[in-house]
Amino acid sequence: MIGKIDQYLGFHETALSLRAQRQELLASNIANADTPNYKARDIDFNSALQSALASKGSAGPLATTNNGHMGRGAPTGDMLANGTPVLYRGVVQGSVDGNTVDMDVERNQFADNGLRYEAGITMINHQIKGLLAAIQGQ
Amino acid sequence: MSLFNIFNVSGSAMSAQAQRLNTTASNLANADSATSPTGEAYRAKAVVFEAVPQQSGATAVRVREVVEDPSPLKQVYDPKHPLADEKGYVSMPNVNVVDEMVNMMSASRSYQTNVETMNAAKTMLLKTLTLGS
Repeated sequence: MIGKIDQYLGFHETALSLRAQRQELLASNIANADTPNYKARDIDFNSALQSALASKGSAGPLATTNNGHMGRGAPTGDMLANGTPVLYRGVVQGSVDGNTVDMDVERNQFADNGLRYEAGITMINHQIKGLLAAIQGQ
Repeated sequence: MSLFNIFNVSGSAMSAQAQRLNTTASNLANADSATSPTGEAYRAKAVVFEAVPQQSGATAVRVREVVEDPSPLKQVYDPKHPLADEKGYVSMPNVNVVDEMVNMMSASRSYQTNVETMNAAKTMLLKTLTLGS
């Protein structure tokens, strides 16, 4: 029974945990917007969630056939606690000091990720309400 | 809990940007200081930011050092100035006011952005606390 509840809440739990870690990476990018030679980093959320759900560890970054492919940069060699590879963000407009943070992209992703996190919380709340209704049988 | 780390990261960026703003303020305040404790005219100062990787995988930022602008001092012709040399020139600070104004705007915008980042993280944490209620 407990295992079933765990499964029931598992998807959103995994997703929220990944969202929180991604938010941290995006906050780092925004914080280092003026640091020379800092390279913006992000995770590929889609494949990260899939591999976290499958619990097979890391699925590795998707192959890119061109350096201009956006959003799927080269792997940094770093990993999050759950084995998700951290990638460098693809550079659209370079800057003189070697910094690759594009404030528009980062702010956009930060707001998007934050909103999706809150949406996840709302979903999990509804699931809990559903469970409670089933338990109380009212 | 990784959302708490955002406070550290954004906080470090806020204090770094505040220090940059401080440097800009002292440069602007001393744009006309013909002498200083070293006996030379004031030299413009700039901060050097450095990325500091955290254990959690995030990256904070700190001011590694404050460097002085090595460019030559401005030579102003003013024979009546008490610090004028035998040819009548006074060394004035190498502060470029336009650069400083740009730095000031950039620093204050970056500061604001980090305040917003921190606020967003706070909202997310507060929302998390309402789980199950």
